[in-house]
Amino acid sequence: MKRLTTLALLGALASGPALADLVFPDLSYRTGAYAAGGIPFSDGYQDYFTLVNERDGGIGGVMAKVIECETGYNTEKGVECYEATKGEGALIYQPLSTGITYQLIPKVTADGIALHTMGYGRTSAANGRVFSHVFNYPANYWDAATVAIKYLSEENNGDLNGKKIVLLYHNSAYGKEPIRTLEEMSAKHGFELTTIAVDHPGQEQKSQWLQIRRERPDYVIMWGWGVMNQVAIQEAANIRFPMDHFIGNWWAGAEHDVIPAGAAADGYKSLNMNKVEALPVFDDIRKYVVDAGKAAGDGTNVGSVLYTRGMYAALLAVEAAKTAQQIHGTAQIDAAMMRDGMEALDMTAAKMEALGVPGIGPEFTVTCADHGGTGLSVVQQWDASAQKWKVLTDFIAPDDSVTDPLVLADSEAFAAENGIELRCQ
Amino acid sequence: MFYREAGDFKTSYRSDNQTFPIAFDRYRYYAVLAVAIGVVPFVVDDYWANAVLLPFLIWSIAAIGLNILTGYCGQVSLGTGGFMAVGAYACYKLMTAFPELNIAFCILLGGGVTALVGVLFGLPSLRIKGFYLAVATLAAQFFLVWLFNRVPWFYNYSASGQISAPERTVFGIAVTGPNTQAWATYLFCLAFVIVLGWLARNLTRGTVGRTWMSIRDMDIAAEIIGVNPLTAKLTAFAVSSFFVGVAGALFFAVYLGAVEVGEAFGISKSFLVLFMIIIGGLGSIFGSLAGAAFMVLLPVLLKNVLVGGLGWDTVLAAHLELVIVGALIIVFLIVEPHGLARLWDLAKEKLRLWPFPH
Repeated sequence: MKRLTTLALLGALASGPALADLVFPDLSYRTGAYAAGGIPFSDGYQDYFTLVNERDGGIGGVMAKVIECETGYNTEKGVECYEATKGEGALIYQPLSTGITYQLIPKVTADGIALHTMGYGRTSAANGRVFSHVFNYPANYWDAATVAIKYLSEENNGDLNGKKIVLLYHNSAYGKEPIRTLEEMSAKHGFELTTIAVDHPGQEQKSQWLQIRRERPDYVIMWGWGVMNQVAIQEAANIRFPMDHFIGNWWAGAEHDVIPAGAAADGYKSLNMNKVEALPVFDDIRKYVVDAGKAAGDGTNVGSVLYTRGMYAALLAVEAAKTAQQIHGTAQIDAAMMRDGMEALDMTAAKMEALGVPGIGPEFTVTCADHGGTGLSVVQQWDASAQKWKVLTDFIAPDDSVTDPLVLADSEAFAAENGIELRCQ
Repeated sequence: MFYREAGDFKTSYRSDNQTFPIAFDRYRYYAVLAVAIGVVPFVVDDYWANAVLLPFLIWSIAAIGLNILTGYCGQVSLGTGGFMAVGAYACYKLMTAFPELNIAFCILLGGGVTALVGVLFGLPSLRIKGFYLAVATLAAQFFLVWLFNRVPWFYNYSASGQISAPERTVFGIAVTGPNTQAWATYLFCLAFVIVLGWLARNLTRGTVGRTWMSIRDMDIAAEIIGVNPLTAKLTAFAVSSFFVGVAGALFFAVYLGAVEVGEAFGISKSFLVLFMIIIGGLGSIFGSLAGAAFMVLLPVLLKNVLVGGLGWDTVLAAHLELVIVGALIIVFLIVEPHGLARLWDLAKEKLRLWPFPH
């Protein structure tokens, strides 16, 4: 009986008006320890599709349909969500979780659906020769690690020799990603690297910060997510660690991470792959989506760091879909066409200007071999009195001389392990 | 009327002691097996296999394993998640070190390694009991997860600390890796459940099982009548860990394909399995299966009804799901402390008298 009911319900879902729409599943998480980051991202992601539907009448005349599925940042629920939505014509998956990404990489490749992990996931997926269906433009973790070190090096007039840098990381696949790159950077620049792990969910970090206090590092770099970020910034304030020597990656630099620490968080820095500024597109979102009562959330997140990033993710997906429509000459694209569109995506300044998002991200071109984009990112700093992030630098280029060999080695090892033939020869 | 012993004469001890002495029960059991083997593989799709059947089958094995230790031998364990991790990592190391070794043997050997580790962590059970043993096994849980996070050898020095299962085949058909068919993975796991379920049933009603139960019921009395607590407790730990290890290996290799230890085998998994056997019924193989079904299927069913059927908001549904599952656990514990297995037994008792209950 149980089975029959579920079957009937699933059948009802599948036979809906889904056939004509372009389906973009949103594997979101609005519950659990990581909801603080998941909610604004998902709001931004969904609102942009709503905007495209309301303002432009869809993508090339075909409506976009978002199917939301709650994962709770949990890999098993992520798999369930993937299986539940893939049959509905899903064009692209963006799970916003490195753990779920690792799960989905083999599955999407077998099912022929594209996976876009913007600034997270498996870094070596940037090598399109090995990973045919996985994209991580515009930037990845290893880029971020080199950008952070480059920024610190510039602050010290190009010399990090003898400095002590601590990496405080979420003890998961996500947090461990930058370690190898930072080790390389440490050998290259001569700084001393200490890695300190914080276990999920990261609400308790007393011992980690005690260790940091004892070791007196010059800088702390953080690879955090969810509740871990707030706690770390609070603990840093407690031991009076100078905030401007504390740099988070782009997942540790949103408003909700710094606001709980109040004035003590002033000066905290983080990387960002998208600029947070008053973009013209937000006016459109307010007009067509929020004020029309069609927002995914309550509308208060519009313009925040992660909302902007979620919107940027949706925008890149829409642009890829448009590219795919051009390539294949049909508005009704399928997952394979979408993948081609992503591989031919070309984000230029003029394009971003026209979309109302001037300078939101770097210019980049995706090619068959390069699925990783340019890897540029900016450094931003929290201004507690104005309650705003201030962009400190222009887009900084990563140290490709370090990341490229690592990407090549890791992806080729994956190809050998799984017997994948190299593409784009 | 149909369901009764009357007229079903047994002429040998063997037939009198069989698992399903009532003919109707026996046929029902064969019918379930026939459907599971002969019908389900032909209709199963990716969603049913990956979201419903695989987790159910794999958690069933884990629940049987813990039930052997806790339900039959009376030793409380909170280390199930850690032992599953041992099975998964052992299987992974074997899969990558010996690519030509058949995946079924990798999984069984993974279970074997877990049995050894289980015995090691079972040693304190000879000295401590009850809550204190629970805390000792909790230490195993945290230690093992920490170990697999800490020592890069276990995850073959991969950058992210993740382990992912390469493609392996059985009779030329892929059962791990990306290119698997739903029916193949389902049948592969089903085979393990049937064989291990049969094994557990026969172990628990034989000499070994009786010594376990005597230790559970009163260890001093058991010792006096000649049961060696050392062998009884350690065999329970070994067999239980073997089952849990096999479940962990299947969970990693066949179901998820890639895991990171902290998330996939954390403390919440230990509690999940414990809830399964408490809800299903301690000391019952059927209870293990029923408990696993309850804990795995209910959230998926609720999600499909609330989000898919009624079109509710995903957040509301996710929270309500926790509330409903939690409330149902409490209701079950109050209404039927012996679990679903006891409800099943009561139903059978009633059925036996039906339609003339007096």
